[in-house]
Amino acid sequence: MRDVAVVGFAQRQMKEFEGSPTCVELLVPIFAELFEQTGWTKDDIGFWCSGSSDYLAGRSFSFVTAVDAIGALPPVMESHVEMDAAWALYEAWIKIQTGEVDTALVYGFGKASAGVLRRTLALQLDPYTMTPLWPDTVSIAGMQARLGIEHGRWDARAMAAVVAHSRTSSLDNEYAVLKGAMSVDDVLAEELYADPLRRSDCAPVNDGAAAIVLAASERAGEASTRPAWITGIEHRVDPLHLGARDLTRSPSAAAAGKAAGSAGVDLAELHAPFSHQELILREELGLSENTRINPSGGALGANPMFSAGLIRIGEAAKRIWAGESDKALGHATSGPALQQNLVCVMEGR
Amino acid sequence: MRVDFDYTRSLGPVLSQFMTGLRDRRILGGVLSDGQVAVPPPEYDGSTHQPVTELVPVGDEGVVQTWAWVSEPVDDQPLSVPFAFALILLDGADVPLLHAVAVDSPAAMETGLRVKVQWAAETRGAITDIACFVPVGASEVVSTSSSTEGSSITEGAVTTLITPVNLAYDYAASPEESKFFRGLAEGKILGQRCPKCEKVYVPPRGACPVDGVPTTDEIELPDKGTLTTFCIVNVPFLGQKIVPPYVSAYVLLDGADIGFLHLILGVDAAEVRMGMRVKAVWKPRDEWGTTIENISHFEPTGEPDADYDTYKQHL
Amino acid sequence: MAGIDGLNHRKTLAAVIGVGQTHHRAKREDVSIAGLCREAIDRALEDAGLTFDDIDAVVIGKAPDLFEGVMMPELYLAEALGAVGKPLLRVHTAGSVGGTTAIVAASLVQAGVHDRVLTVAFEKQSESNAMWALSVPVPFIMPVHAGAGGYFAPHVRSYIRRSGAPGHIGAMVAAKDRQNALKNPYAHLHNEGTTVETVLASQMLWDPIRYDETCPSSDGACAMVIASEAVVDASDVKNPAWIHGTQMRSEPTTAAERDQVNPHAGRAAAAALWKQAGITNPLEEIDCAEVYVPFSWFEPMWMENLGFAAEGEGWKLTESGATAIGGQLPVNMSGGVLSSNPIGASGMLRFAEAALQVMGEAGEHQVDGASRALGHAYGGGSQFFAMWVVGAQKPA
Repeated sequence: MRDVAVVGFAQRQMKEFEGSPTCVELLVPIFAELFEQTGWTKDDIGFWCSGSSDYLAGRSFSFVTAVDAIGALPPVMESHVEMDAAWALYEAWIKIQTGEVDTALVYGFGKASAGVLRRTLALQLDPYTMTPLWPDTVSIAGMQARLGIEHGRWDARAMAAVVAHSRTSSLDNEYAVLKGAMSVDDVLAEELYADPLRRSDCAPVNDGAAAIVLAASERAGEASTRPAWITGIEHRVDPLHLGARDLTRSPSAAAAGKAAGSAGVDLAELHAPFSHQELILREELGLSENTRINPSGGALGANPMFSAGLIRIGEAAKRIWAGESDKALGHATSGPALQQNLVCVMEGR
Repeated sequence: MRVDFDYTRSLGPVLSQFMTGLRDRRILGGVLSDGQVAVPPPEYDGSTHQPVTELVPVGDEGVVQTWAWVSEPVDDQPLSVPFAFALILLDGADVPLLHAVAVDSPAAMETGLRVKVQWAAETRGAITDIACFVPVGASEVVSTSSSTEGSSITEGAVTTLITPVNLAYDYAASPEESKFFRGLAEGKILGQRCPKCEKVYVPPRGACPVDGVPTTDEIELPDKGTLTTFCIVNVPFLGQKIVPPYVSAYVLLDGADIGFLHLILGVDAAEVRMGMRVKAVWKPRDEWGTTIENISHFEPTGEPDADYDTYKQHL
Repeated sequence: MAGIDGLNHRKTLAAVIGVGQTHHRAKREDVSIAGLCREAIDRALEDAGLTFDDIDAVVIGKAPDLFEGVMMPELYLAEALGAVGKPLLRVHTAGSVGGTTAIVAASLVQAGVHDRVLTVAFEKQSESNAMWALSVPVPFIMPVHAGAGGYFAPHVRSYIRRSGAPGHIGAMVAAKDRQNALKNPYAHLHNEGTTVETVLASQMLWDPIRYDETCPSSDGACAMVIASEAVVDASDVKNPAWIHGTQMRSEPTTAAERDQVNPHAGRAAAAALWKQAGITNPLEEIDCAEVYVPFSWFEPMWMENLGFAAEGEGWKLTESGATAIGGQLPVNMSGGVLSSNPIGASGMLRFAEAALQVMGEAGEHQVDGASRALGHAYGGGSQFFAMWVVGAQKPA
């Protein structure tokens, strides 16, 4: 395996993005910031890969216009996944492993505010036996949360602690859309919204985009003084059907974490769009009491669809660059109730 | 902006039996390789990956295993008033079914609650034939809406399923595009020049596709130009707003470096030529909005055709 | 821009060891989406002599989700694809997606990460209406678009003007591909008696494109198993299709003075591909090609774009019969996209048909002795390209 590192990360997030669903206007300044960070130009990038969704934008081929932000003449080597951009990062990491390229720029974007997100996501379910009922994301998460509560795997207080920690941590994150010091009791004082969930147990619906630059060891030193070296990146998927798996667990997260070597990380950025999902992930990834969780505030502070997972990897890498962490993981999830999970473990050297 | 379509789904053997059962007010589960019965039946066994072939009837009563309260139902959910989504283990099944339970408040819901199917007034071979579940012993609720899912096959096997997907989106333009459309509302065609390559884009762009920077310097373009290439559309299609046959052409406005597609009228389709000089025909001013459709179409100016060399790099 | 192959890192050799496809039809009403995919997958696994348990990872591709009205259908398909507990990737790069998906699957092996990867691409167009899904009216945009045909027809007109090609070339391509399809039991269209004359007599849809010069709308899927050199060498697979090179390139959809007839991205991808595969004269060294030709005129256009002919000369290859089976460079022996077009799978079918040729498994449409073949896909408004070269021998 070649040594590959995260050497650049930029993001923009907001409650509602005023521009087009292609998010080109967001990507232009993000790319500019990455070139400033790395000292590179587009000609230094060997491979481009993005993650986005047509159904989020409400039109076919929504990713096509985003290519304009690259300035893709002369043509570029480029690919796209209909997934969170964390999986685009995986594809880019693979491309670098083949030896065909030494560098890659990965981006994700989405304007969830254009539609009714919790309804749109019902289209991710079984189209024959589930989608016609339009089960919304919050209800599915609520059923998962209740199972855990009633089986004694967690309680409302533990969930509230996740929320309070997120809101407090988000104070330091200029891109978080939900932030403010909060105690566990403050959270518990809120009324229930989708019993057993409070609104604050749910990630906000917001817009945004993000991008990461990867480089192989031959080039990483040019762009960063302390690159975040990827020591393991793995992803797995569970069955979709809610009855076909134990919803209080996430076997795919556990398997990805184990394969990626998540043991011993001192910091983890977890993509948990609902508070109890952070509790599941902590256990499945074997994170200890000493692991610093979501210093960015995590997805409960801001959860831009199709880039939120990539942002977790970027936020973790940032802490390594800054010397705050020696071994960190970034996690991404996709699908209902933590169906699909990716873990990227990085080290500073 | 609306994205509405009624999808026609063919079902295959397993789902066909399941949907036929629902149409006939029977619920079928699939027998898995470990002997467990799953509702709805999966098409393929999770362990052996082989097709599930044996379907068995299960009860129309069951027990709530978990649930969540839907305080603000979204469009097309089984009930339009607050209700619960639940995983329900039907009698005789080992894997629970996701469906709605009609109760008045979360206080009336609990895990372990026994519930029974309430069939829709008319069953059509869809999961929505189960209107919802109600607590055993409770009176049936009045169904809120008739199902639009399903097929219209009343006898024999149900083999297809109609699934309407209706989504609404707010559509916004980029700041550069917005200027263009506001210009159109005043009868002006505004382009912008890329600060790097100096090409004039119309409409202006959030990113020059060659340089990756927004176009900037504004240029008002004439409503006259050269038709570079075109096709004659003879084929009708769903959602089409112009009746065929019509000519769809790239028009390169004088001073612009990129053409855009528009409609050509005022000339017999057979007379349309590459290089033809054309001008915009605007709709009456009181019909103008922030849209390219303010220009009804383009028509020939009567000038001599442009020399091929003047537009060949735009093909 | 890119690192030089092999300079820093030796790529793992990879080969196609199993190919499967569905019988493509306008409506496959006998199967669900999962059933359609499984028809291709089960055939590919059987061809490879493997089961789901042998597979390390699954890569799936399809065109826009609006076609089937399922957002990221790989999530619901995870069980049917045998992907549970494994890595599952979903690729979407417009019409080129089938090719890109195969390339991503190959790269998982070439990177040394996996040994046996299953890849599948599908489209069940009959669930909706492609013209609708591609032309959902967007506010502010002039609604003159009429699906893919309406998009590409003006560029075909430009090609005819630029090359001076005679008007019957498109009909020659259509007649050839429809005749080839008669030799392919999986092809959607089996139109007996299609000739240049019957094509020319068919209705003009998007002038200059006639009805018989357009692709059908199909339900279908294609799957392949790609394995590492170590696995192939240790197996009893006798006829793997070794992957000699893969390339993908993209360019902007609308850029000032973008060449839509002979797009830069296609030329760049082809040049890089020939170099990677050690090919200096593609017309001489490639034995046959499966090229993405959804409208007949794209055959001569892509012959030029791929470097098989000089600019403006591609139509001469078609006219001379060089692209027919038995000619110098048979093109679309399977009947091509003109005879079967399950959009998301169409690119992978090109890649898979190229593999079948060098495996010697193409049946009635086999090109005798084919040892190196091209698979090609493009998408969007001719701005996305994916292509590979496969060979009967390991790359030199």
